[in-house]
Amino acid sequence: MAIKKFAVAAYDDEEVLFPAVGKVRHSGYKLHDIYTPFPVHGLDVAMGLKETDLHIAGFIYGLCGTSTAVGFISWIYTSDWPINYGGKPHFALPAWIPITFELTVLFAAVGMVLTFCYLNQIMPGVKKHVFHPRQSDDLFVIALELNDHTSEEEAIAFLKSTGAKETSVQMAEESWWYGRWDKEEEYEKLNTSIAR
Amino acid sequence: MHIKYESFVREPLVDGNKDYHQVSEDIIKPIEEKPGRMWYVGFFFALALLGFGVFSVGWAVYWGLGTWGVNRTIGWGWDITNFVWWVGIGHAGTLISAILLLFRQGWRTGVNRAAEAMTIFAVMCAGQFPIWHMGRVWDAMFVLPLPNTRGVLWPNFDSPLLWDVFAISTYFTVSLLFWYSGLVPDFALIRDRATTKFRKMMYGFASFGWTGTAKNWQRQEALALVLAGLSTPLVLSVHTIVSFDFATSVIPGWHTTIFPPYFVAGAVFSGFAMVNTLLVITRKILKLEDYITIGHLEAMNKVIVLTGSIVGIAYLTELFIAWYSQSWGEMEAFKWRILGPYWWSYWAMMTCNVVSPQLFWVKKLRRNIPFTFIMSIVVNIGMWFERFVIIVTSTYRDWIPGSWAYYSPTWPEVGFYLGTFGLFFTCYFLFSKYFPVIAVSEIKFVLKTSGDNYKRAQAKFEEQSEEEFIAAATHHHDEEHHAEVAHH
Repeated sequence: MAIKKFAVAAYDDEEVLFPAVGKVRHSGYKLHDIYTPFPVHGLDVAMGLKETDLHIAGFIYGLCGTSTAVGFISWIYTSDWPINYGGKPHFALPAWIPITFELTVLFAAVGMVLTFCYLNQIMPGVKKHVFHPRQSDDLFVIALELNDHTSEEEAIAFLKSTGAKETSVQMAEESWWYGRWDKEEEYEKLNTSIAR
Repeated sequence: MHIKYESFVREPLVDGNKDYHQVSEDIIKPIEEKPGRMWYVGFFFALALLGFGVFSVGWAVYWGLGTWGVNRTIGWGWDITNFVWWVGIGHAGTLISAILLLFRQGWRTGVNRAAEAMTIFAVMCAGQFPIWHMGRVWDAMFVLPLPNTRGVLWPNFDSPLLWDVFAISTYFTVSLLFWYSGLVPDFALIRDRATTKFRKMMYGFASFGWTGTAKNWQRQEALALVLAGLSTPLVLSVHTIVSFDFATSVIPGWHTTIFPPYFVAGAVFSGFAMVNTLLVITRKILKLEDYITIGHLEAMNKVIVLTGSIVGIAYLTELFIAWYSQSWGEMEAFKWRILGPYWWSYWAMMTCNVVSPQLFWVKKLRRNIPFTFIMSIVVNIGMWFERFVIIVTSTYRDWIPGSWAYYSPTWPEVGFYLGTFGLFFTCYFLFSKYFPVIAVSEIKFVLKTSGDNYKRAQAKFEEQSEEEFIAAATHHHDEEHHAEVAHH
């Protein structure tokens, strides 16, 4: 838990958001994150984010599935309990292809989704600070992290100059915590006094 | 900055004067309001059907499978017919959500959520049939490769029936994950809009704490793309493996190499018909005509006429190969199929699946909603008969004339089938009430390219020549670049 101060700007159009992101990156302010209601293509590039490696993880999980299936079935049929099924050889690889394929897909999909949840730090019961209730609806929200040496007024003035429709200063937990979405946190009450 | 421009040859995917907020309003509103009276009537009717199904299955489990009409000659009756039928229906959802994603078909965004839900519910229904067909259902875990005390007896990994266990369970799991990974952002939207504490808590839990950061979305898109890439061969493999249940046997009428593609085409055919059945009603009741447009229905009718024709060619190929093989068993099997005691099922299949979908070559009929609805029912009846024809009319006259038999279902079999309708529609009614039936974030993603009002604003590009368009676009880009440089 680390509660920090953020300067928050909400934009109502991605055409305004993109130039604003460029200005933020060159301004020297620390960009905490950008929240959008849908995937905005090119935003990751504009922010300088790396391409995700999730698909590589998926490939590795898939290989695990393949080797699990082939290893398990061949161990059973050649060493643990060899049975003669209709004269087929004990090591009947072609007959195992369907199950091998299914397990490859299963391992890759389940593994990727779990990795996706881990990387994004999402899980049932996890709570994160929502900077603007319409960030999942129609607004694009930029959050700048402020410290003791940054002036709130200057940060807000800067964000307004980039075309922000709404701005605010908020105290927020920067990471996730276990919590209930229907319960208001103590620091959220604190925000009402500093909102502008 | 990229140009959000799409040719006018393409119809708008979202009708009406929509902005991002209006999209959220239109799709989330039915969740936040009390459902209408028709919803309650439909839901409780589905629940009653489900109850009757549970009773019918309970009856068969208590008294044994002797209560079913299946016999020594015809071992697979309505149960396996219904299993194949339901699995087939599921296939359209994956085709829409995965294969059309890979093909970059924008129109899938309007229908993929509901179609994928249909897949999951259909696979749940399908899975019931092999399980209760086991008779001694308490031994159902014998199909799983679990360490056991039966002399460490493992299942037969060389058997298509075991491949089915793996295929169906993998298909269900992967479809569920794919569907839910798309639902999470939309649940977050409902959570952030929620006005009651209970709704905020429930959707907060269901949304996994999603906030939609740029990195989250980047990973979400990567995940969707790879899951689509995995689901595409998966969905083809599932009905291929179902067809192996028949094709790897030595029964005349089953032992054919054409079965895998023929089954997959038939599955997509019946699945799209079921999507049409559901969406024609859903769009009307939930007032989503702007998102599931006639253009969407027409696109699906085009798939129906294509796959219907593939299925028709497969039927004719079967007949040709039976004659070409000059194997008397094969030839007799097909002769009896067409002219034997079950002639009516063959001709019902031919009429519903091959003849009637050809009407969809007419554009007026493709865009006619009542006709689309009636055709979707006809196709589903036809595809049910296809499975019945394959299963029953290949087995009822076997190699020993003394064991030739006839089969008709008893009430527990019919009740079981009705019960799966109950299960399917109970799930679908709950889905349409508590889940966003259209992928909100995906609609917003295509809105500025394919929304009606945004497309109309692009009319000026249509009048430009190609050179003018390119010149204007590059000039605009240069200007922006200079502005950026000047700024620093």
